[in-house]
Amino acid sequence: MSGTRKHTNSIQPEIQAAQWRLRRFQGIMEDMRPEDVVGEYREYELTYYDGTSRKVLVTDIETPYPDGKLIVSRTNTAGVITHVNQAFVDMSGYTREELIGQPHYILRHPDMPRAAFKDLWDTVQSGKKWEGYVKNLRKDGGYYLVFASVVPNVRDGKIVGYTSVRRKPSRQKMEAALRLYARMREKEA
Amino acid sequence: MTYQMTVSPDFSPRHIAGWYIFNTWLQKTLGEDIHLELYQDFESQRKSIREDKIDLIYANPFDASMLIREKGFIALARPLGKEDEVVIAVPANSPVNKVEELQSGLRLAFTDDPNVHLVGMIMLEPANLSSENIRLQMVDSYAVVAKQLLRGEADAGIFLKEAFYGLSSLTRREMRPLVESQISDIFHAFLVGPRLADKKDAIQDALVRMTETPGGRSVLEALGIAGWANVSREDAEFMVDLMDAIR
Repeated sequence: MSGTRKHTNSIQPEIQAAQWRLRRFQGIMEDMRPEDVVGEYREYELTYYDGTSRKVLVTDIETPYPDGKLIVSRTNTAGVITHVNQAFVDMSGYTREELIGQPHYILRHPDMPRAAFKDLWDTVQSGKKWEGYVKNLRKDGGYYLVFASVVPNVRDGKIVGYTSVRRKPSRQKMEAALRLYARMREKEA
Repeated sequence: MTYQMTVSPDFSPRHIAGWYIFNTWLQKTLGEDIHLELYQDFESQRKSIREDKIDLIYANPFDASMLIREKGFIALARPLGKEDEVVIAVPANSPVNKVEELQSGLRLAFTDDPNVHLVGMIMLEPANLSSENIRLQMVDSYAVVAKQLLRGEADAGIFLKEAFYGLSSLTRREMRPLVESQISDIFHAFLVGPRLADKKDAIQDALVRMTETPGGRSVLEALGIAGWANVSREDAEFMVDLMDAIR
């Protein structure tokens, strides 16, 4: 399925924000909305590791990673976002308020194989650092490419959350990873 | 007992006297004997840290991680508005206009400042460059990094941003920044070791209140620091996690 961006002024931003907060309170991550998407899009139904699912709308528009910046975020042990820096906000297209309290998989792109995230979680939950190339999904349906490092936050001997730092990847290595991910996704299908 | 204080060897040579003035002020404020030992290089300073000779340190982010996680140091304060950003520069006449145009075999000049080197190497990754395909030239100071570029003996150099913009305008005119980091979350910090843990609150309070007195303000001026901001345990742990993630 495909579509184009639509504009609507029928719902005030305040009401949208209130609805967002309510859904977040209820633990529901909403489907992506066509009015947020820029350009022609494809629609996918993504099911996450916790059994929840949502509709994502995906375009082929890449947002180039800015030179010199690091995207930093932190989550609790359940993978719920507790901190984002400005580069995270800028690259994801969401506001800070929309991100805090959401599962980190709000950024999951359908081109990423499930096995990559399973490996990430298995690694960091065992107290080790995970590194890998990741294609992330933006609020506007586009994507951005990163080299991600995730470390457990250990306080008094216990893991209390995770810090993720993303940086501009080597294009050559990123392309090799994307080819590998495409093969992994074929097998998963 | 005489405690020992030291300063990360990447401090600006212009502020050597400032650190001696700061030490005098700190001794007077705390009523303790403190000896200031300045090291020429990171390795000799780390040797003293490993031998548990250091009690107070103004540390770079790289060493702060090790001090907090392995040596039980506590971060108390960070300099206001002073973040550890990095510049990669090329000679002004270089044909290279963006990082991705840098080629394997690059001659790269840098200092032994571990944090600056780490961030600089990260900024070269988009060009598929690493220590395996770069000709590394470690030199003694940022002035020598600049000299290598100006003489045509290096194709690119890694600078602490503050050091790059501290070079004379004549020297800087001969170079061009290719990329500058904008990380914000990485900073130098003032830390105390286990032997001074019971005085941490008094030291932290004295540091953040330095701007309140003319004496404190003149010491800060000698250090080239606008003031000190509190660093909580979690602030410091956050930076250490960040450093762990990128190293």
